[in-house]
Amino acid sequence: MNALRDIFSQGAQMLLVLLLAPLLTGFVRKVKARLLRRRGPPLLQPYRDLVRLMRKDVVLADNASWLFRVIPYLMFAGTWVAASLVPTFGNGLLFSWTADLIAIIALLGSARFFQALAGMDVGTAFGGIGSSREVMIATLAEPAILMTVFAVAMIAGSTQLPNVAEFMGSSAVGLRVSLGMAFVALTIVALAENARIPVDNPATHLELTMVHEAMVLEYSGRHLALIDLSSQLKLLLYVSLIACVFVPWGTATADAGVAALAVGALLYLGKLAVLGFLLALFETSIAKMRVFRIPEFLGAALMLALLATLLRFVSGSL
Amino acid sequence: MGLLDHIPHQGAEPSHRPWPRIVVADEGWRAAIDQLVEGRATLLGFWGESAAVHMALLEAASAELAVVTYECASGSFPSVAIHHPPALRLERTIHDLFGLVPTGAGDTRPWLDHSAWGKSWPLGHRNGARDAAPYDFLPAEGEGLHQVAVGPVHAGIIEPGHFRFTANGEHVARLEQWLGYTHKGIESLMQGASLEAAAKLACRTSGDSAVAYGFAFALAVEAALGIEAPRRAILLRALMAEVERLANHFGDIGAICNDASFALMHAQTGVLRERCLRAADAAFGHRLMMDVIVPGGMARDMSSYGIPAMRALLAEIRKVFPRLIELYDNTASLQDRTVTTGIVKPEYVRQFGAGGYVGRASGRDFDARRAISYAPYGALSFEVPVLEAGDVNARVWIRIREVEQSVALIEQILDSLDDPGGLQTALPPRIGRGACEGMALIEAFRGDVLVWLRLDHELRVERCHLRDASWFQWPLLETAIEGNIIADFPLCNKSFNCSYSGADL
Repeated sequence: MNALRDIFSQGAQMLLVLLLAPLLTGFVRKVKARLLRRRGPPLLQPYRDLVRLMRKDVVLADNASWLFRVIPYLMFAGTWVAASLVPTFGNGLLFSWTADLIAIIALLGSARFFQALAGMDVGTAFGGIGSSREVMIATLAEPAILMTVFAVAMIAGSTQLPNVAEFMGSSAVGLRVSLGMAFVALTIVALAENARIPVDNPATHLELTMVHEAMVLEYSGRHLALIDLSSQLKLLLYVSLIACVFVPWGTATADAGVAALAVGALLYLGKLAVLGFLLALFETSIAKMRVFRIPEFLGAALMLALLATLLRFVSGSL
Repeated sequence: MGLLDHIPHQGAEPSHRPWPRIVVADEGWRAAIDQLVEGRATLLGFWGESAAVHMALLEAASAELAVVTYECASGSFPSVAIHHPPALRLERTIHDLFGLVPTGAGDTRPWLDHSAWGKSWPLGHRNGARDAAPYDFLPAEGEGLHQVAVGPVHAGIIEPGHFRFTANGEHVARLEQWLGYTHKGIESLMQGASLEAAAKLACRTSGDSAVAYGFAFALAVEAALGIEAPRRAILLRALMAEVERLANHFGDIGAICNDASFALMHAQTGVLRERCLRAADAAFGHRLMMDVIVPGGMARDMSSYGIPAMRALLAEIRKVFPRLIELYDNTASLQDRTVTTGIVKPEYVRQFGAGGYVGRASGRDFDARRAISYAPYGALSFEVPVLEAGDVNARVWIRIREVEQSVALIEQILDSLDDPGGLQTALPPRIGRGACEGMALIEAFRGDVLVWLRLDHELRVERCHLRDASWFQWPLLETAIEGNIIADFPLCNKSFNCSYSGADL
């Protein structure tokens, strides 16, 4: 019975993230447009774009290798599995016992590795620039997020997200300095990982300033649709992760009934909306930083996460 | 006559107005080049005819202008660019269009001619075809250097131009531009055109400066014919020129911030720019005010909505713009991008005679409205802001200060627009003696636009040259990016906002 419910819960979660991801991106775009006194595209526009791209033919460069064609599927698969490992509305996830936070980061890291390879595959200058910048960001963002995971895991006593969420939702956690630092570090990493301002601009048309967009310039048709969907899933993943670890209240427990699951789902949508709005507000109020400032920005995340871990060592209550 | 004292010549061309034009031989040509090299004179323009080349010089100290002509009896002239680099692209253009050979030139690559015209030297006497050879970019070699080719098709909707970066990772070692993709053959279309058709062509040289080009062309024709537009027409021309400046500066300030991904400023200044264009539409019946200025005066009067529309525009700018300046100044992340980025050295600005915000942000205190003080600017009071820093931030601040000056100028013009008065001075149907020549220098929003023309006895254009301010600004962009990183190029480029169309002719 339990196994059946877990399978259902996990399946629902996988479908949910897939269906919600474009909506979150559309919502952030809409809020940004409204903040700029523009009307903005409809909320459902990302879905329409995906359908449009799916219907289009793929245009491949003459010198594209098999890797170039396979990578969109690898990226999508890796990101989708990672996104379905983060508890959204309920904690009962079938896969969580085999895949924890570190596995999520590994999955995302692999997706990024393949994307950087694809950027260089065709041999255009922009792809190379994009990949080199992306890898520079990755070398700084990945240690930072690993340190954050250690800090959180040491406080919660587990690297498995359902356990972490349950612990963070209980009264045992209290007010901790280290958690605050971990939160800031995770937010910085989330901005960098999702190619948001101030690290990258998802809406830019300036090919010389692109990071993420420069790597995927050569993609078209269903390949581009999969890559876009992966990016949208990644944004949803990070927002869910922040929600799950730092605002876990209302998430249905593993043995909850239908009513609790419904409440959890509603609250989850609310959390997504609030965090999405905050992201749009932040992006509107700041300019993109110089490429060589990014290491300082991500370095701050790494130091904060490191401090959080150290503080936890020094004192159990911090 | 300080400028011409140093240049040996036989005498001045009598029909050239308002500044003198002298014909020189080898010795005089060499002396004129010396004036440029020694910095006593600034190159204002350099253009050809089928059997002559002309240089417009400006004496820096006294703001005195003169045109120096060298007659190319053997189809060649001594190269100017080999001694004075700012002349290089103009000299290559002269060769592309007329087939006149600069002797002793170092760089003989074509500039506007991309081997796509189906013939060579379209305006010259020589016939023949040049072989379509691939364009050789200047070499830059060294360990770890790689090339990044950008354009002419860009990811955004902008004009086409090719940029060849040689970079070491993110650091730019050299940038070389290759323009000419928007060549429209304006100088060839001008030849033999009626004044009416030529004025329309002039307005379309660079769409964002339609008023400035129309103004400059009309002034040059009026100078050639020795007539003057009526007072009301003169005031309305200046009004339009200032509205155009406002609209473009608002657009630029926002676009620069947008290139640093600060879309908020872009959205806000976009609203102001749109208000300028709508006020222009209400007052003159065209958002860009094309074809309103004609030789002799104005094609039509300002509509009755004009004055209230302009007053409402000024009120809106006064209300909103100070808050936007504050937003720009107080956003640390934005300042971090613009301050010290893309510095143009003052010596380059002086050497190239770069006008507009590019020159004034690097300490070159030149504004044609004040230096030449063409009507009606002599009777209006305004300041010319000058800064020394030469970075993107300085170019933004020059624009901000010029917006404030333009608002004050429009106010003064509106106050002095009293009686309706005439709008058009009649042009003579023909002129008695041979040809007559005229020249004008006008401050467009980018910098000074020079128009030189010769009319035949039936008032048809025999030869007309339009020199955009960008000719002397594009090369400085190549120097501004050196030592910067590739990712900062869009920001530098936008802060220059040079015209492709105006320089490609």
